Amino acid sequence: MTFEELCGKQTEEVERQQALKNRIMCCTAAGCLSCGADGLRQAISAEIAAQGRQADVELCGSGCMGMCSRGPLVLSAACNRLYGNVAPADAAALVSADPAATETLADRAIDLDSPFFSKQTRIVLANSGHVDPEKLADYIAAGGYQSLGKALTAMSPRDVVEEVKKSGLRGRGGAGYPTGLKWELVMKQIPQVKYVVCNADEGDPGAFMDRSVLEGDPHRVLEGMAIAGFAVGAQQGFIYVRGEYGLAIQRLQTAIKQAEREHLLGARILDSGFQFRIDLRVGAGAFVCGEETALIASIEGKRGEPRQRPPYPPESGLWGAPTLINNVETFANIPPIVQNGGDWFASVGTASSKGTKVFALAGKIVNTGLIEVPMGTTLRTILFDIGGGIPEGKFKAAQTGGPSGGCIPEQFLDTPVDYESLVTIGSIMGSGGLIVMDDKSCMVDVARFFMEFCMDESCGKCIPCRAGTVQMHDILHRMTRGDATEDDIEMLETLSGLLRETSLCGLGQTAPNPVMSTLKYFRDEYEAHIRERRCPAGLCQMESQLEEAMA
Amino acid sequence: MTASPPAATVKDNREKLLERAMSRYQYSGDALIEVLHTAQELYGFLPPALLKTIAHKLRLPASRVLGVASFYHFFSLQPKAAHTFVVCLGTACYVAGALGLVEALDRSGAKPGSSGAKNDVSVQTARCIGACGLAPALIYDGVVHARATPQLIKAELERIGVK
Repeated sequence: MTFEELCGKQTEEVERQQALKNRIMCCTAAGCLSCGADGLRQAISAEIAAQGRQADVELCGSGCMGMCSRGPLVLSAACNRLYGNVAPADAAALVSADPAATETLADRAIDLDSPFFSKQTRIVLANSGHVDPEKLADYIAAGGYQSLGKALTAMSPRDVVEEVKKSGLRGRGGAGYPTGLKWELVMKQIPQVKYVVCNADEGDPGAFMDRSVLEGDPHRVLEGMAIAGFAVGAQQGFIYVRGEYGLAIQRLQTAIKQAEREHLLGARILDSGFQFRIDLRVGAGAFVCGEETALIASIEGKRGEPRQRPPYPPESGLWGAPTLINNVETFANIPPIVQNGGDWFASVGTASSKGTKVFALAGKIVNTGLIEVPMGTTLRTILFDIGGGIPEGKFKAAQTGGPSGGCIPEQFLDTPVDYESLVTIGSIMGSGGLIVMDDKSCMVDVARFFMEFCMDESCGKCIPCRAGTVQMHDILHRMTRGDATEDDIEMLETLSGLLRETSLCGLGQTAPNPVMSTLKYFRDEYEAHIRERRCPAGLCQMESQLEEAMA
Repeated sequence: MTASPPAATVKDNREKLLERAMSRYQYSGDALIEVLHTAQELYGFLPPALLKTIAHKLRLPASRVLGVASFYHFFSLQPKAAHTFVVCLGTACYVAGALGLVEALDRSGAKPGSSGAKNDVSVQTARCIGACGLAPALIYDGVVHARATPQLIKAELERIGVK
């Protein structure tokens, strides 16, 4: 397919869709699937056939629509209404041409003008919920692969890198390294063989942004990677995806096959001289593989253990070749940047953090689900306007950054969310998991939970992390049991510093963060556990083994 | 999920399928993880003899193959039980009371990481399955259950005859 043919195909598909009376989008992301979206889809499909409306009503699957707590979700394009908690029995009303028939669904309609939607800005998730992830034509109709076409026909690799630099896009995997600089580093490397790797090993508990992007808009990520390959001079890409994400793997496989068939990937892309292949590598359940050097080792078929940096992957990565590693969300930002220009992207967000960020809202919050907000939005807006607040009880803390992040207490709710501000209050942006805790959550127990996670996931290569996480978990466990002493807090602080300074990779260096931030903001809870042997949240059992032994 | 069936005809077929997977990667040692994925899919788990065969075919030291197989949580060196419960212990599920689910399974004699009575039930915990909007999540025999409760577990256990 040439670029002209691609544009022709887009017009054709848009016209076809406009000629339809209705398009019913049924959310088929993992969240809705586990509330019965599959059965619902079959029921609607059967209903379309029963009413004999195959010609003018189309049923499509779609990516995550955001409001996972109200699943399964269905969007009726004709009246632009979104319905939640839809049951197979509602199929007839959805398909019917009579507007009065949807009255039975009126009470389950979700207001698309509510703050949940109006306060979001969707760049990465623009297609999610509107495009069928299993249909290439749908993605093309939404302007898909136009950016790749633009890059290949009207831009040089240097132009693309400059545009990405101008956009101010920073790595969405958590650390926030400027993406344009990384691309430039790889582009400038002399070796002929280079690789592009997409890090889809989303391991933070409480984070499901990457999974939703891969499930909802896989072609977007492929397009972003192909543009990256063109810019840095690579001909081979790998997507390293978690083994747990079965649906994402399946959708990616389908998408790669579709794109190869239409010459949007593979040899002679869009009839140009550029070739780029993408292969999937499925992870096998190791959190540490999210670290780039460990991820590289895992793609090479080895134990996923990190190694010393430098050399950094842009110099020496996969099989010793220069390697560009970016996160799923970073690649998903690339096509709109190339299409609309770096300046457009830089107009969203704050001075140092540009664009938007996708967050996975979970925990004690009314609207759990997937959201995307401009950088610099305050936590209060995210949690109370978009998230709908706390269902019962009182807000206590918001946890960002997973086991590498920290707990943000109430007094910082008005902090704008960007890379720097979150670091100053003792947390990190992380990959985008945002978990809300109310007064029934014990902060010492939360710290223990994350330390247990790090202890289990430590690869064991360096001693500070291997032994330190065990020691810290031991102390925290003693605290939740009511066996700790005053010295233990000091010991925790010493160990925290040690792990931070001496661990080999990010896992160990950031493992103390949850402890440090809870110690800083919720020290009284730690002290209550130690001095009064009491859990203020009433969660810890306090079954002291020490006292039993003494008695 | 599948226990190894005794029928010899099935076994032959599996060997052939594994061979095909290895040849697809040109017997390259770099593809070890992909090959182990296929092997586990075919056999349900990775017995020592199978690991040795893979090491031989990919021309890798047996220690490297065992090293990789034991490093990743996904690979199981022990046969799996007929029914599997996976309790998600991700942060969102933890906050929503996933420990109550583990306790419910515990009471029935099935502990995380172990196989219960008569090898009927194995209980595993997962580090976030990404269904945080539906916390607490439980995967029972491959199906995700949203907002799982101890009552649901009790009912399921009774249904399969574990008391």
